[in-house]
Amino acid sequence: MGEAIVITSGKGGVGKTTTTANVGTALALMDKKVCLVDTDIGLRNLDVIMGLENRIIYDIVDVIEGRCKLQQALVKDKRFNDLVLLPAAQTTDKAAVTSEGMIELVAELKQTYDYIVIDCPAGIEQGFQNAIAGADKAIVVTTPEKSSVRDADRIIGLLEKEEHIAPANLVINRIRHHMMKNGDMLDIEDIVQILSIDLIGIVIDDDEVIKASNQGEPVAFQPNSKASIAYRNIARRILGESVPLQSLEDEKGMFQKMKRFFSLRS
Amino acid sequence: MLQNNQAITIKGTKEGLTIFMDDMCSFEHAFAELHDKVTVKDPIKDSPPAKVTLKLGNRYIDDHQKERLQDLLGSENNLQLIALESDVVHKQDALAWKEESEVKVINKIIRSGQVLNVTGDLLLIGDVNPGGKVTASGNIYVLGKLAGIAHAGMTGDQEAIIAASYMKPSQLRIAHYISRAPDYEADGVYMECGFIDTEKNKIVIDHIRAISKKRKDLSGFERRMYNG
Repeated sequence: MGEAIVITSGKGGVGKTTTTANVGTALALMDKKVCLVDTDIGLRNLDVIMGLENRIIYDIVDVIEGRCKLQQALVKDKRFNDLVLLPAAQTTDKAAVTSEGMIELVAELKQTYDYIVIDCPAGIEQGFQNAIAGADKAIVVTTPEKSSVRDADRIIGLLEKEEHIAPANLVINRIRHHMMKNGDMLDIEDIVQILSIDLIGIVIDDDEVIKASNQGEPVAFQPNSKASIAYRNIARRILGESVPLQSLEDEKGMFQKMKRFFSLRS
Repeated sequence: MLQNNQAITIKGTKEGLTIFMDDMCSFEHAFAELHDKVTVKDPIKDSPPAKVTLKLGNRYIDDHQKERLQDLLGSENNLQLIALESDVVHKQDALAWKEESEVKVINKIIRSGQVLNVTGDLLLIGDVNPGGKVTASGNIYVLGKLAGIAHAGMTGDQEAIIAASYMKPSQLRIAHYISRAPDYEADGVYMECGFIDTEKNKIVIDHIRAISKKRKDLSGFERRMYNG
């Protein structure tokens, strides 16, 4: 029996879809059977980030309305056998999806897959309600900006009312270390203090993420980029490993390392 | 009934007249007797009205009866009813008093978009995040960070206060007063409380220790009983 994780944020543009794609990919890299579900009907783009756009035949609305079997709608990833995507509909009426339909759908997916990662639309309307309906766990994505922390807070409040979802975990995305250091951005401690939920990962604002998304190749595939390591760390924490938080400091030269080794302040 | 067994006894005191109404007879009987006693045909218009305290003993009167008494002991008869004292209260009123004077302890975080309303005093163990709101008809005590909106004395109690371990509210409201945070970014303050300063006619924030001087009767029950 698998586990359904919804990735949500309230505010748009903070990186829900990117996080979904990368956490899903990272879980698949660890030999888990993963199904990504895009519930952002009308504005789907998880398929674009995964590079699977042109393989879509059926979508989630087709499944819920019974026009096809669930298996037919699942798009297999080009890189892994055990990673599939259930795409959102682009054109059909989104009123077709209901909370009950989602619960049923996720329950069916849980039979086959270890992790069902659900990409939630922005906002707190029906789309959000649908996305969280079948979830067991939630990851709230925020950026170090006041507006997105505010929305995350709202979302956490809504998630707390859902008894079937375990207390949410937090991902802080798009961290710019120099701005945090200068106090121009909220720092990690402030955010965690306001939201008071467990932090499951921090992701640095990395150009590679955008580059990779445009290539349809989630950044989590890259061996060394900072964001990639961050997403893989999140996946490891989901699996229950305890992984220390990534250091925000940039790679230092040999001399700096020596200085640190002799515990001098740099 | 014997003639000397009166339902109404009137005594003069320094403060004015005290009227005792016997609580064993019927209201109508007592009212009629009171009517006879206080009604004057030709009131002296220019002297100040006599202040009257009416003691009802163990009698409960309803709103209608209260109105009739107020009319009777009013300016027409050159009287001024200043207090109506009864040793009994209606169960409903008593429960409302209790509700009003209770401290409600609530243990949760009030997040953005959430509103918590309580009757009586609120003791919140947890934060009020930006965008969250707490309201109470009495005082508000926040054991945590107050970063949203707090409204004490919702029903108009200007004596109400708002205290927080960490005070950085976007707005403080007490009764019909509103104060907001400054436009510049400011750090919050620890262990502060807000209350209405009647001289300045606005909400001021001061250290919690100052409240013992400003509000001596903070612990609510008697205060509310007397304030009604």
